[in-house]
Amino acid sequence: MKYLLLILFLALSWQPAANAELTIEITEGVEGALPIAVVPFRWQGKTQTTPREDVSAIIQADLHRSGRFKTLPRNDMLAKPASGAEVEFKDWRVLGVENLVVGQIQPNGSKGFIIRFQLFDVFRGEQLTGYSIPTTAGNLRTTAHHIADLIYEQLIGVPGAFATRVAYITSITEGGNTRIDLRIADADGHSPETIVSSDVPLMSPAWSPDGRKIAYASSEKGSWGIYIQEVYTGRRQKVTAFKGINSAPAWSPDGRKLAMTLSKDGNPDIFVFDMTTRKLRPITRHYAIDTEPSWSPDGRHLVFTSDRGGKPQIYRVPSFGGKAERVTFQNAYNARASYSPDGKLLTLVTREDGRYRIAVLDLASGVMQVLSRGDLDESPSFAPNGSMIIYATKAGRRSVLAAVSVDGRVRQKLALHEGDVREPVWSPLQKK
Amino acid sequence: MFTILTRWVPITLCLLIFAGCSSSPTKEGEQEGAEVTEQSTGASGTYEGTEGAGATTSAASEAGSWSGDPLDDPYSLLATRILYFDFDQSSIGMDNREIIRAHAEYLASNPHVSVRLEGHADERGTREYNLGLGERRANAVRSLLMAEGVADNQIIVISYGEERPVSMMNNEESWALNRRVELVY
Repeated sequence: MKYLLLILFLALSWQPAANAELTIEITEGVEGALPIAVVPFRWQGKTQTTPREDVSAIIQADLHRSGRFKTLPRNDMLAKPASGAEVEFKDWRVLGVENLVVGQIQPNGSKGFIIRFQLFDVFRGEQLTGYSIPTTAGNLRTTAHHIADLIYEQLIGVPGAFATRVAYITSITEGGNTRIDLRIADADGHSPETIVSSDVPLMSPAWSPDGRKIAYASSEKGSWGIYIQEVYTGRRQKVTAFKGINSAPAWSPDGRKLAMTLSKDGNPDIFVFDMTTRKLRPITRHYAIDTEPSWSPDGRHLVFTSDRGGKPQIYRVPSFGGKAERVTFQNAYNARASYSPDGKLLTLVTREDGRYRIAVLDLASGVMQVLSRGDLDESPSFAPNGSMIIYATKAGRRSVLAAVSVDGRVRQKLALHEGDVREPVWSPLQKK
Repeated sequence: MFTILTRWVPITLCLLIFAGCSSSPTKEGEQEGAEVTEQSTGASGTYEGTEGAGATTSAASEAGSWSGDPLDDPYSLLATRILYFDFDQSSIGMDNREIIRAHAEYLASNPHVSVRLEGHADERGTREYNLGLGERRANAVRSLLMAEGVADNQIIVISYGEERPVSMMNNEESWALNRRVELVY
């Protein structure tokens, strides 16, 4: 990790209250979304050193993909200003554009760049924000995602989650052999990297809260074990190798403990492993299947799946152990729950009319809303800003990834790969 | 009306340098590739069926006589190495009990032999719950084997949940084939 100085660009005129109100204006997906124009950023250097990435196109794609913005096609632009001084607001008002992003890219040393951008409120003719950000050729995409995050936060009122990554499992069968990989890609599906490749089942990846490690379960050498792997070095360690199931790892919010499912005592129960003291604490002890633990954001509770009542339902238990109380009552099958970043919602898999779908449960009201439309949807995971839920679904016989906004209005399909893609988990927000 | 704030805010933004994230695929465990679904068809034994008996009147066996390891007799109950289950169930039907009894007899009389019970589930429901369900099915078979005199140390249980389907279609027929316990000697 490297800290780079970011200098505020130009004067900043700002109305927090007015901006916050823009967040309410979201209706059906792209229809009714906020109209925005992202003008191609002007290159200020020599042609032979032109940046390889089209930064403004990445920003535009991010904003469009969120469903919260309607982006103006480049061909429809009447002018291509690169700074505030060049902007004629009436050119944009006639196109119905409410917000405008302009920018320029300068060379900085032999391999670096400086990206300057400004975001304008077209109707008021005012700048909302502007930054000058130094970056490198290898980080252009990441910087573009950070700029999209800044624009999103300014206009929507919550942090963007574009500069994040998604971990997932792929399964590719060729000539009778199945290869199972654990991969990581940018949240827009770019730059996928394989961090584990296996010919035996591998499952349940979980990001550490700092986004630098992934825990997962693997059945290497004929038995299950939980492993922790450093994302950027590939170094890994085996955390548990008890008899039976060692699976469903879940990091505590402080990153010091792992909740997990172990069946060493005869059937699956929830345990919490303290990675500092190396001590294992039993949390549940029941002859039913107890599995899929997930921490509340404040670290005080765990939710988990249990069929102690006959069918799988969600239960909540203090994270140091204690009495488990049932959380879900609607539908006969509810499983794999996890908390939203603000702790107010659970996303889970529910069975309705024989179909397995992604739902959100409002913990305060107990109201459950089904969000997905597939028959075999599973593995929901909240974006770290709480805006979207990524999950696995079927497209024909293939397993693919999809995302839906928490209000159900924005939908995306993420076609990443050949073969089957499953168990997506969204990374935490990158530290700023 | 508007308050114009002119603020110079130096902000440090951590731009993650992904240069250090070269992937290093860790590949361990080359074991157990495709052995799972194969039935042992035994090259060691020779079958002498009743049909081909001709005029020889040696033994009055109904099912033929088998010389070799009984595990390799394709006409024995021991040849059935896959037990199927109902949806979300781990209970064992009467037909399966007979098969399990045959395996138990064999294991009890061959205490040096061990069996690996691999539990599986269909793709419906969550993966971790299905891992538990596969184990529950394998344990149900284990309990019956032990009730018939098989020693604990002869049995290894592992669940693969829905991670190792034998049929990839999304339909009832396919799901029924995937809800299974495999006995691997």
